[in-house]
Parts: sequence; C-alpha cells; structure tokens
Amino acid sequence: MNNTPLQVSRGSRASVTAMFIGLIILAILIAAPWWAGRADMRLMGELFLYLSLASLWNLMAGYAGLVSVGQQAYVGFGGYVLFALTIFAGVHPAVALLGAGVLAALVAIPVATLVFRLRGAYFAIGTWVVAEVFRLSFAQVSSLGGGSGTSLPTSVIKSMASGRQAREWMSYWMALALAVVVITSVFFFLRSRKGLALSAIRDNELAAASLGINIWRTKFLVYVVTAALTAMVGALIFLQKLRISPDAAFSVNDWTAFVIFIVVIGGIGSLEGPIIGTLVFFALRETLADLGTVYLIALGSVAIVVMLKAPQGLWGIIRARWDLQLFPLGYRVHPPSVKK
Amino acid sequence: MPEPLLSTSQLCAWYGDFQALFDLDLMINEGEIVAIIGANGAGKTTLMHSIAGLSINKPHQVIYRGRQIGALRADQVAFEGIALVPEGRQLFASLTVEENLVIGAQTGRKGDWQLPTVYQLFPILQERRTTPATELSGGQQQMVAIGRALMANPDLILLDEISLGLAPVIIKTIYAALPGIVEGGMSAMIVEQDISKALAVSSRFYCLQEGRVALEGQSQTVQRDAISRAYFGVQK
Repeated sequence: MNNTPLQVSRGSRASVTAMFIGLIILAILIAAPWWAGRADMRLMGELFLYLSLASLWNLMAGYAGLVSVGQQAYVGFGGYVLFALTIFAGVHPAVALLGAGVLAALVAIPVATLVFRLRGAYFAIGTWVVAEVFRLSFAQVSSLGGGSGTSLPTSVIKSMASGRQAREWMSYWMALALAVVVITSVFFFLRSRKGLALSAIRDNELAAASLGINIWRTKFLVYVVTAALTAMVGALIFLQKLRISPDAAFSVNDWTAFVIFIVVIGGIGSLEGPIIGTLVFFALRETLADLGTVYLIALGSVAIVVMLKAPQGLWGIIRARWDLQLFPLGYRVHPPSVKK
Repeated sequence: MPEPLLSTSQLCAWYGDFQALFDLDLMINEGEIVAIIGANGAGKTTLMHSIAGLSINKPHQVIYRGRQIGALRADQVAFEGIALVPEGRQLFASLTVEENLVIGAQTGRKGDWQLPTVYQLFPILQERRTTPATELSGGQQQMVAIGRALMANPDLILLDEISLGLAPVIIKTIYAALPGIVEGGMSAMIVEQDISKALAVSSRFYCLQEGRVALEGQSQTVQRDAISRAYFGVQK
C-alpha cells in the first residue's frame, strides 16, 4: 500500500489560539460583576440569551435545513413553564429551568411529527402556526393571567437568591452559562458522526439517504434538542423580565425575526456567524434604537445589503479572506514536510 | 440454479399518474455485472431508485437475499448492503473529498473498502483529499462518488450513468477500475447510455423501452441489430 503517512488534525493554529482567547474572554466575562455596572451586565446577559437563540436557530436552519419561523413557540413555552412550576409547584427557579427544557422536548415530539409532514415554505408557515396555537392556548389559562399575563410573585424571586445584587449576578451567570452550554453542545454535536451526517443531508438529501443516513430521525433529533434548549433560554429570559404575557412570550419579532437577522448577518451555516451577528445586532440596537422607525429601516437595509453582497454573511467574508476557522469542525491535512 | 442476489417481480413505478415502470422482472446473481441499457426516459434511473429505496414499492416487488426489501427506505436499503452511485454524482458540496468518502462508511459495514483501498484505486483522490469535493473535475468527482459508495462495502453496487458528461479518456479510466471493484465478489448493476461500453463490461444485459424489458440476454453474444430494434422500438 503506497500510503504516504500524512498527519491529519482537526485544529489549526488559529483555532487553538481562538480557544485560548475564548477561555480568557470567558474568564473576564465570568468576573463581570466585579468590573461592570448593573446596566452593562443586564445588556450582556441579554446578549448571551440572543446568542444562544441564534446558535440554536443556526443549527436548525443552517445545518439541518429546517427553516422555522416558529421558535418563539418554545421561548414562550419555556417562560410559561417556568412561571407555572415556580408559582404552582413551588419549584426552585433553577430546577424549573431544567423542567422547561424537559417538557419542551416532550412537547416537541408530537409537534415535530406534525410539522415534518410539511416541506420548505410550508414547513416555515406550519411552525409559525404552531407558535400561534401555543400563544392562544396560554392566553386561555386564567390562573396564569390569561391574555394579560402575570408577574412572578416576590416569594419566588426571593427564593432565587437573597438580595437584589445577588439575584442580578446569578441571572447574569445563568445566561452566560447557558450560552456556553448551547455553543459547546452545538459544536460537539456537529463534530460528531451525526454532525457530518447533518452536513450531508443539508447538501444532498438523495445521496445522504442512499448512504444509510436516516434523514427523518436526524432532523427529528435536531428539532427536539433545539426545542429543549430554546425553552430553557426562554425560561431564563422571563425569569429576568419577572413578567410574562402571551404577546411578549410568543412574539415572532423578538424571538424569531431578530434571531434570523442575527444569523443571516453573521453567516448561516457556521458556528462563528451567530456570534458576530449578535455583536453587530446589539451594536446597531444600542446606537440606533432611540431613533424608533429609522432603527428598523436601518436593520432592514443592513440585512438586504448583506444578503445581496455577502450571502455567506460577515463571517463568510472573513473566512474567505483569511481561511480562518475558529471552531475546528473540519479535518485538516498536513502533507509530509520532508520526502525521502 | 442458485437463488439470485436480487430480483424484482412485477415492479411498477409511477410519477403521479404517469407510469414509468411496467411489471419489471429482472434479477442479478452474486458476483455478476448486469447492464441496464435503454434510451432516455426508458425507466433506467427509476429502476435504480426503486431498488435503492428512493421510491417506495410494495415489499415483495424487490427481493434481496430472500428478503422483501421493496418497502424499505433508502437508508434501510443501504444497511442491507446495496449502495447507489447516483446519476449526476450528487456529492456533498460543503464537505471535502475525504469527508465525502468517510460518510460512505455511515452504515458501518465491514470489508476491504476503506480510505487506503479507495485511495489505491483512485490515487488522485488522495492528492485532492482536502479539496471541497465539488471543486474537482467531473471525472474526479465521479471517482469520489464511486469511492463513497464503495466505503459502504456493499454486496451490490448500483452505478447510474457514471460516464455521463465525461471525456472519453476519463470514462476509460473509470471503467478500467471496474474489474478491481468486482473481483472481491461484489455484484454491480450498471446503467449506461453507451451501449458498447455497457456490453463490454457486463455478462448479461436488460434493454428497457418505455418502462418494459424489451430485450435481455448475454452481453457477448447478442446481435447488434436486435439491440437497435429493442432500443428504438422499431418493429420488424
């Protein structure tokens, strides 16, 4: 066998450096309560939650080809489950957060079997309809305030941690932790054998199926796991807001439109894309939000320009220019440097 | 007579109201190369898709090793040991050559075909292993598609129009690899527009015409004008 020994690795120097820088940034972020003000921490907490939502939506749309415009169904569901579990069952908010994830996975199973009968644009509309059904259903629950919503009782808020500052710190850390959990689990999922199968399905379903990849089951798994994690993000969002209502919980603008904007701007189908997209989105929002309508027009213009000029998003431009890969997903081969 | 590796019985296929296959009965023995020839629209690719599970039939219409596999999904058929090299190659564009090959081993079937043996068969692929698969030339892409199917270590490989759109010299290279593929006992079903090529490498052939078997026989002894009649549907 004339098989010249080649060294194959998954990382590159850039990805190792990125990991170190990432760890340093993570340490700095963990220590935020000691260097950042209250308003900054709130903003960063929100940023982490959007980053999580964007990474999850990117996994579904960018890798599994499931373009859902109904992820607000699980954001709102998670929020409501958290409120219900803490108010009625007296569960600790952190436990209720996990409960929201588990229950969302259970709900996602029948929903997936239903919406997976639809394809393409019909799938997108179908998921939206499901989210509307969720919204209308929760608006019927009078013990959770019906259409006008409800607030988290002070006893529940106090059970989180004593003192306002400790609570703020805790919800900040929980948001950061959730973002780290989401990104690392998406990363390891994509690196696994299943992740390669997922890329294959996205590229070519016919060939993937005839190579033994169960398309339905792979997509189903992605949908259910995404639903669970999205619900946990939703639970945390409304734990921070302390108030929930059907319109806020199942808002297609807040939890899907902005998230799609983030992913498309940053670069769909890459792990780095949602991170860049989230930063750009928050930068735009913080500088332009006071302008009202102009802010939305600006968002729309940015989206159109990026879609026309850089369909692969901002990360696509960076990757094409410098051949960077911060998250080592693919394989790299180093040819033998000395021959003979 | 030994039981065939795969046989179809009264296999029919529809696209909506249009019937593409009419009661096809054909079979392939272990270690045999069978050619499927026919004009455009004769139903060759439909036949391949029916066997590979890309279109679903009644269970008894496709029998493989004594098992009814007609109603299995494509991924289940792949696990049974049937690999398809689809028409137009259908490579995974976002993956490298090597990743495309690695995915072929998804079924986890054991055998001689692994990365080193595929690279030995098509050495150019080893050189280009980190290149995105669809940036290769057409012929090299076809090699990736064949290698990907081989990585599944199938017992039956379905080759659909592997010479389509390729230069004659490339076609020659690819067909030169065929004996090396089947020498290990693998059976092959070849769909081909180039009749002389198909007859040269196969032991038997079926000529399809408008979804029916118009002619079948031994590839080496068949009369050319008999094929022409079956191919074009000319009545004598």
